[in-house]
Amino acid sequence: MATTTTVTPGASNATGATRMAGTPRRLAWQIGEVAESIPDTPRTKSLFLEVPDWNGHRAGQHVDVRLTAEDGYQAERSYSIASAPESGRIELLVERLDDGEVSPYLTEELRAGDGLELRGPIGGWFAWDANEGGPLLLLAGGSGIAPLMAMVRHRKAAGSDAPVRLLYSSRSYEEVIFREELEALAAEDEALEVIQTLTRSAPEGWQGYDRRIDQAMLKDVAFPPQERPLAFVCGPTPLVETAATALVGLGHDPARIKTERFGPTGG
Amino acid sequence: MDEQRLDGNAAAGVLAEIFTFEITTARAACVHCGSSGEVGAQLAYISEIGTVVRCASCDGVLIRVVRQDEGPQRYWLDLKGIEYLQIQERP
Amino acid sequence: MGRGFFSRGFRGRRRQPEGTSERVPPGQYLVDGFPVLSAGPTPRTQLSEWAFSVEGEVDEPRAWSWEEFRALPSEEITRDIHCVTKWSKLDTTWEGVSVDTLLEGTDTSAEYVLAFSDGGYTTNLPLEEVTGGKAWIAHTYEGEPLEPEHGGPARLLVPHLYLWKSAKWVRGLRLTAEEESGFWESLGYHNHGDPWREQRYWGD
Repeated sequence: MATTTTVTPGASNATGATRMAGTPRRLAWQIGEVAESIPDTPRTKSLFLEVPDWNGHRAGQHVDVRLTAEDGYQAERSYSIASAPESGRIELLVERLDDGEVSPYLTEELRAGDGLELRGPIGGWFAWDANEGGPLLLLAGGSGIAPLMAMVRHRKAAGSDAPVRLLYSSRSYEEVIFREELEALAAEDEALEVIQTLTRSAPEGWQGYDRRIDQAMLKDVAFPPQERPLAFVCGPTPLVETAATALVGLGHDPARIKTERFGPTGG
Repeated sequence: MDEQRLDGNAAAGVLAEIFTFEITTARAACVHCGSSGEVGAQLAYISEIGTVVRCASCDGVLIRVVRQDEGPQRYWLDLKGIEYLQIQERP
Repeated sequence: MGRGFFSRGFRGRRRQPEGTSERVPPGQYLVDGFPVLSAGPTPRTQLSEWAFSVEGEVDEPRAWSWEEFRALPSEEITRDIHCVTKWSKLDTTWEGVSVDTLLEGTDTSAEYVLAFSDGGYTTNLPLEEVTGGKAWIAHTYEGEPLEPEHGGPARLLVPHLYLWKSAKWVRGLRLTAEEESGFWESLGYHNHGDPWREQRYWGD
């Protein structure tokens, strides 16, 4: 562990060991500006934000967003960053929940030029850097694709050839977020496989899976445990717990499985 | 299945208001059952009343945080559930 | 906090129906649903294993099984409830056994009580705040058996204080001579918790 007791930004300590990354400071709220708000599927939008003092992020991390009403009432939510660290922009994927308090505002009211208070990046545990290598097993449910998309995009931007398999569960074909981009990425890179499962309805002639992620599906799809993949699972809590338990049941090392539960209904 | 259960990583935001190091990757030893693991891998129960991080092995309380936003801003932090924290920087 | 920033067009999900403002304590707002706040996993105690006890500084500790508890006289009550996280609900209907019934005939010099629950939750109150028709062990909400996420099979209900004092999954009351801080009271929350005096945190 670094032995530095005082830190001068940009300086290294007496032993030459790298000091704790960044200037130690407590996480503070910042105001970002909405650059664009772009619909993707019927219920989702990508918000692209410009944040003046942004120091970058790692693929998988999230931000906390805070809304404040004129009388001071506040609501906070967490959103994963879907953009790669290399992109220089923060993209948040927001799914509109019918009974939500924050998501309807973010998807229906917020527009380019508005300010959005946020802090981050947060959560270094659920993150992947290309230099960690693979194989990478990514399991996503619905809007849980967001942090995993950041990993897929980062992998490409970093020029990594680590094998990756993304198993992505959605309600229907129309609701597959980032669908076109994922299809294009998979087409151009044989080390990237995208496997889809649709749980409520599938188009005619659908050849893919048509049920919730379960152990049998993972036995077919996942890298075998001997290959010791790094697994990241993200989505609604029931999906995440089923999938993580199934992976352990197949013999995967729990220490190589990281989960991000979104709660009962999603992000 | 418990609806309110999240990953320890979800508590990273409020903990980052207090700690200046990355706590989700620190290893915590549970005072109740002795098992140890990264804080991010534990379980978090987060609501406006407070945040409770519990041991993924035994559900024992590891960390509790309460934040008061109005009047003075104050935090109350309970780390009694942690035998030790092993903090190291990423290589 | 004086930052000055606010989110254009954001209102949140609060309600303030006509004619209710005198029933809403300072700093509170009304909600439609019944928010669930957790500090841990939802206990799922089998009724066959459930028991409620009155213990501590009493001449004779007592306990009731679920059947014995449900055989006690029960009251239907309608009350407003107020959570320290600022939401309030008016006219919530419950059915439960009055704490007075459970303490009937108990001899004690204790002035405080610590309610304890499955899962380890505790909360402390002055004994006089749970007696005299102010508190119940509630088993029914809106005409249905109390759901686990809201504290079922039974929770303490002390509607005149902030709702964290209405311990979910309650299993007993321990009468104490000295005040002992419960789960949240030991970490910043007010020992008394009167919503009308906004007693949310220490020193309020």
